[in-house]
Amino acid sequence: MGLFILRRLGVMLLTALCLTFIVFFLTNLFPNLEKLAKTEGNFRMSDEAVISYLTREGHMQPLPVKYGQWLGVVPGFTFETDDGITGQCFDGALTAEQVAEQRRYCGILQGDWGFSTRFKDEVGPIIGERLSLTGILMFWVMLLMVPSALILGVLAGMREGSRTDRALSTVAITTTATPEYVSGVVLIAVFASSAVGLRWFKGTATGAMENPTFENFFLPVLTIALYGMGYIARMTRASMAEVMTAQYIRTARLKGVSFPNIVMKHALRNALIAPFTVIMLQFPWLLNGVVIVETLFNYKGFGWTLVEAASNNDIELLLGVSVVSVFVVLITQLISDIGYVYLNPRISVS
Amino acid sequence: MEPLSWSEIILRILGQFTPVWIALIVTFVVSILYKRRLGLYGKLFDSTIGMIGFALVMFWVFTGVFGGLFNLIITHDVLDQVSGMKNKVPGTPLPSPEDGVYEYYLLGGDNLARDVFSRMVKGAWEVIKIAPFATLFAFMVGITLGLPAGYYGGKLDTFLSFLANLILAFPVILLFYLLVTPEIVATGIPVYMAGVLFIFPIVFLVILYNSRFYTQPAKRNLYIAITLVIGLWLYLGIAWDADPLGLISFPPNLLVVFVSVVFVNSPTVFRIVRGLTLDIKTRDYVAAAQTRGEGPWYIMLWEILPNARGPLIVDFCLRIGYTTILLGTLGFFGLGLSPESPDWGSTINEGRKLLTIYLHPALPPAFALLTLVLGLNLLADGLREESLRD
Repeated sequence: MGLFILRRLGVMLLTALCLTFIVFFLTNLFPNLEKLAKTEGNFRMSDEAVISYLTREGHMQPLPVKYGQWLGVVPGFTFETDDGITGQCFDGALTAEQVAEQRRYCGILQGDWGFSTRFKDEVGPIIGERLSLTGILMFWVMLLMVPSALILGVLAGMREGSRTDRALSTVAITTTATPEYVSGVVLIAVFASSAVGLRWFKGTATGAMENPTFENFFLPVLTIALYGMGYIARMTRASMAEVMTAQYIRTARLKGVSFPNIVMKHALRNALIAPFTVIMLQFPWLLNGVVIVETLFNYKGFGWTLVEAASNNDIELLLGVSVVSVFVVLITQLISDIGYVYLNPRISVS
Repeated sequence: MEPLSWSEIILRILGQFTPVWIALIVTFVVSILYKRRLGLYGKLFDSTIGMIGFALVMFWVFTGVFGGLFNLIITHDVLDQVSGMKNKVPGTPLPSPEDGVYEYYLLGGDNLARDVFSRMVKGAWEVIKIAPFATLFAFMVGITLGLPAGYYGGKLDTFLSFLANLILAFPVILLFYLLVTPEIVATGIPVYMAGVLFIFPIVFLVILYNSRFYTQPAKRNLYIAITLVIGLWLYLGIAWDADPLGLISFPPNLLVVFVSVVFVNSPTVFRIVRGLTLDIKTRDYVAAAQTRGEGPWYIMLWEILPNARGPLIVDFCLRIGYTTILLGTLGFFGLGLSPESPDWGSTINEGRKLLTIYLHPALPPAFALLTLVLGLNLLADGLREESLRD
């Protein structure tokens, strides 16, 4: 087991390196850098001015060197101007002696995530703050989605082909067929529109960042939960239906165990193995949903930050965001694999 | 003129869809009459869920074709702005209609005083012309790579699986933001990706014919020659915009959308095909083919693939739905397609900004997308049920 986790961690690290390199490569293409220079400076910059800006900021170095600097395995970039030496690892222009006292490496390995050009702030604190906002959102989503999906799936799967099953399956299919930007719009129209509709909830969740209440937070939570719910419910239903046809359930029935007892005590544990993996593997999709819903409801969390960073080509913030999201995806995959082994005694890793 | 009441609006909308109803009825009558001779497609008409799904899907397909290609259903041009119709509610008459112009905005006007109904109908065509083909290409890529990965295993499998997992670990929206921006398009990266991805269908077909007609060189050469001539012609035209005859070209922004959707979908197809291959290659008929001395590609394409068709067809339907959702996501974030484009994602995005005051611009495209994807899901469910039955 230890070796298995170690190997998976190795693959994970390799994947993360490859992915960040791809993001690094795509954000550092020349047209993107040119756009960055023009948004930082001014839009009527001449080509020479763009080049000199990019040289001063260290963007004109070869790609692997820049990637190494960002990671923190290559000494930070320095540039000599008339006033002194400017560099990546320290502020302002310093003399050569002062530079020698500064630390030479400043990448994410040293805990230095860089500087966001969009928010004019350090990337690390921005990501931490936004991530905690999204964390609150995800907590409530999970709290709503997982139990209701499991209940829906178990109720549908315990009597396959019955009328309850048909009705609940249709509900599940409908929610999987409704992407967040459709269900969000419909929910706002029904529950939050000021023209017609019920006006029960607020159509924006901006207020929920400081003080989440049922009124301003329920719609975004529901929108994300609905899309993921259908899929988990269908998986639970399939696995429950399969368990209910197993021999040991028939034996229990012939022994005279009551139907609720069979479902609760005999079927449920085995039926919940498959959904567990599915719930874990839903995280990448939920991340997608988070981006859409945070944009739709103007909740300034992690997904909103991703959109802001990507549309402003904020390289270091975008890299930070992708590192975090890639690790979220990979860690949930790892947890789902390990959890699967623990829950299902028939599977062994060796 | 008086504004229309809701029942009049509904009647008029149903009337506008007349060609679609006729086409739907003809399709259903013919299919049900001959359903015993039509294989899996015919069996679809034994399941209610499958029929409902099929009807929903075909409704939008016919709407897309009639409305988008032949301009039949739409009442106004999608870009026409009529002054005084900004954000007007459904059923509002035009202030001063000219002769031959439809007198009403059936589903109201949007923020730029354009007809919501016509834009929704045209939006169907935007989806119908991209989603199925993008899914088909993703399947070609997934199958061509997934079969050998599952069949040979070993290093090839490890490498390809790693690549697939790499792409799958990417948040889709981040990928879209990185690929579908004008700056990236300027570097030509999407064109190179198209150059790689679009070669797969040709490779697939060539290997398919070669492995089958290996013993009949005349027939094989003919088929391969036809595939290569037509395939490379389309390939040059679509991927590189370098058609020697100058007939085929592909709008560059559409190409980017197409490529990124194929790119996002193919790893999942790869994983499914690989899993199915791993399962099927242990069967006796594969062993029999190996004993007969058949080549590996013959076994993969003519023994394993046909036996994996059930799950693949079901997944194909689901994946068209997923692609539709992805296209909507692209439109929703304003990526790729032009801002005036009537596709559903962009229309929803535009409509949501005023959603709390005006509901009608955002809701029709939302419901259109919902019903199409729902139809595809139901269709997949019906197909799954019917293919499991025998």
